Amino acid sequence: MTALAKVQSSLRLDHRLKPWEMIAWVLAFISPIVLPSHSLLISEITIIALFATSLDLILGYTGIVSLGHAAFFGVGAYAAALFAKLVMPDPLVGLCVAVLVATALGLLCTLTILRGSDLTRLMVTLGVGLIMLELGNKLDWLTGGADGLQGVVMAPVLGHFEFDLNGKTAAWYALSITAMLFFVMRRLIHSPFGTSLKFMRDNRLRTSAIGISVTKRLAVIYTVAAGAAGAAGGLLAQTTGFASLDLFGFDRSADLMLMLVIGGTGWLWGGITGAIVFKLMQSFIANITPQYWTFWIGLFLVVLVLVGRERIMHPKTWFAKTKRSAI
Amino acid sequence: MNEMETVLKCEGLVKRFGGITATDHVTMELKKGARHALIGPNGAGKTTLINLLTGVLEPTEGRIELLGQDISHLSQHERVRRGMVRTFQINQLFDTLTPLQTLAMVVSQQQGMGGKWWQALGSSTAVTKRCTELLEQFHLLEVMNQPTHILAYGKRRLLEIAIALACEPRVLLLDEPVAGVPAGEREELLQTVAALPADVSILLIEHDMDLVFEFATRLTVLVNGAVLTEGTPDFIANDPKVKAVYLGSSLDASKVSHE
Repeated sequence: MTALAKVQSSLRLDHRLKPWEMIAWVLAFISPIVLPSHSLLISEITIIALFATSLDLILGYTGIVSLGHAAFFGVGAYAAALFAKLVMPDPLVGLCVAVLVATALGLLCTLTILRGSDLTRLMVTLGVGLIMLELGNKLDWLTGGADGLQGVVMAPVLGHFEFDLNGKTAAWYALSITAMLFFVMRRLIHSPFGTSLKFMRDNRLRTSAIGISVTKRLAVIYTVAAGAAGAAGGLLAQTTGFASLDLFGFDRSADLMLMLVIGGTGWLWGGITGAIVFKLMQSFIANITPQYWTFWIGLFLVVLVLVGRERIMHPKTWFAKTKRSAI
Repeated sequence: MNEMETVLKCEGLVKRFGGITATDHVTMELKKGARHALIGPNGAGKTTLINLLTGVLEPTEGRIELLGQDISHLSQHERVRRGMVRTFQINQLFDTLTPLQTLAMVVSQQQGMGGKWWQALGSSTAVTKRCTELLEQFHLLEVMNQPTHILAYGKRRLLEIAIALACEPRVLLLDEPVAGVPAGEREELLQTVAALPADVSILLIEHDMDLVFEFATRLTVLVNGAVLTEGTPDFIANDPKVKAVYLGSSLDASKVSHE
C-alpha cells in the first residue's frame, strides 16, 4: 500500500460506522417490542441520552463546563408543550419549534460564555439556568407556574401513529428522532469543524496559531448543543404530555454531568452509555431502597473515578500498572 | 518575483511592560527566502519580539508589515491566514489526536475547508496528498496513528514544525526548534529544518550556536530589547561588541552556554 493510501484508509477508519454501533441501534429499536412494559423507561432513557450527548458536544469536545444546560432542555420542553396547546398539536412541527427556540436562546447565551475564565463561565451557565427557572415560575399565566403545564395532547406522529398509553409510539418516536440527530452529530464531530473543536479543547493557543478563530467556533457549537438539548426537552414534553419547572433544575444539569462522567466525555456514545447506566441504576436501586439510591450512585462514582473507567471496562488491565486516569 | 523582495518588516517596534522596555525600537526586515537568525543572551527580548510579530502581544509603538501590508493590529489568526506562522519553544500540540488527524485538520483549514461540518475529515484528496507529503517530509509516517501524547520528544518536536509548515507560511518563525531534543533524535530534526522549502522566509531563534552558524545567512543580535548589530555570520562572529556581550567567549565554539 502506498503512503497516500494508508493515510486515506486511516482517516476513513476514524469516521466509518462500526458494526457494533449499528447493532446497538438495532437493539434499541427492537427494545420496545422485547420489553413492552418498559416502553416509558426506554423513551425516557433515549431522551436523556440525547440530552447528555448534546452536553458532550460542548463539555467533551470543547472543554466548556456548563451547569446550566438544563435551561435549553426546559425551554425546548415548554416551547413544544405550549405550541401543542396553543397553536397546533403536530409533534414534528412542534419539535422544530422547540429546537428553534432553544437554538435562539443558545445563540443569545454565547454572548455571555465567550467572555471570562472557566470559573466565571461556569457561574454564568448556572445563572442562565436559574433565570429560566424563575421565569417559568413567575409567568404562571403562560407556563402554569409551579403546577407545571398540563393537558398537552399530541396529534399522531406523521398523522398515523397515535401516542398510546403504554408508550410504544413514544419510545419509537424518541428513538427515531434521537437516532437521526445522533447521526448528524456524529457527522459533525468527524468533520474538519468537529476536529477543530478537539483542537480547541486540547490547545487553544495553538488553535489560533494555525489560523482558526476560536471564539467563532465556540459560539457555533454552543448554539448547536443548545438546539439539540431543546430537541430532547421537546421530546420529553411531547411524550409525557407535561412540562414542569423541574426540567430547568440545577440537579438535572448536575445529573447530566454525572452521566458523562460515567460514560466518558469526548465520544458521542459516552452520553448514551452514561444515560443508560445512570437511569437503570436509578430505577433498579430505587426499587430496593427508594430513599438512599443516591448513596449507591455516589459510591459507584467514587469507585469509577478511583479505578478509572478504562480499567473497569477492560479486565485485562486489572493487573497491569496504572498509566493514566480515565477521566 | 524579485529575489530581494522584503517579506516581513518591522519599524521602531517598542513594547513596554510598565516601566520595563522589553522591546526597544527594533527595526529589521526579512527578505524572501531568508535564513535569518535572532540571537542574544537570555532576557534579551527574543520571545517578546516573536510575540509582537505574531500578534500575541500588542506593540506600544511601531508598525509591522507583512508582504507590504500593515498587520500591526490584526489578531493572531488573521496574521496566520496572511502567511505568518510560528512554532513554539515549548511544544503546543493536540495531545489526544494523532499526528495524522492533526495535520489533516491543519491542511483542511489552510485549504479553506476547516469549517465544513458535513464531509468527513480527509475526504478531499488534495488534503490527504498534502498530509502524506508532510508526514513523509517530517518522518512521521510510521507514528501517524499514535496519539500525540505518547510520541517520543523528537517526534513531537517534528510535529510542532510540521503543523506550522502545513499552514503554508510565507514567513516562518522558529522558536528554538532543537531545544531539549535528546542527542539521538537531534540529527533527524536538524536535517528537517535544513530542508525546509527555500521560498519560505525563516526567522530562527536559537541558543545552539552550531545550528545558528550552519543554518543562517544573516544574524541579528538582540541585547536588552534593542538591536545590537546585524550582519553575516562571519561579521557577527568577529564583532568585538558581540563577543563582549557573550562574556568574551568565542562565538564559533559550541562551548557557549546560555543556561
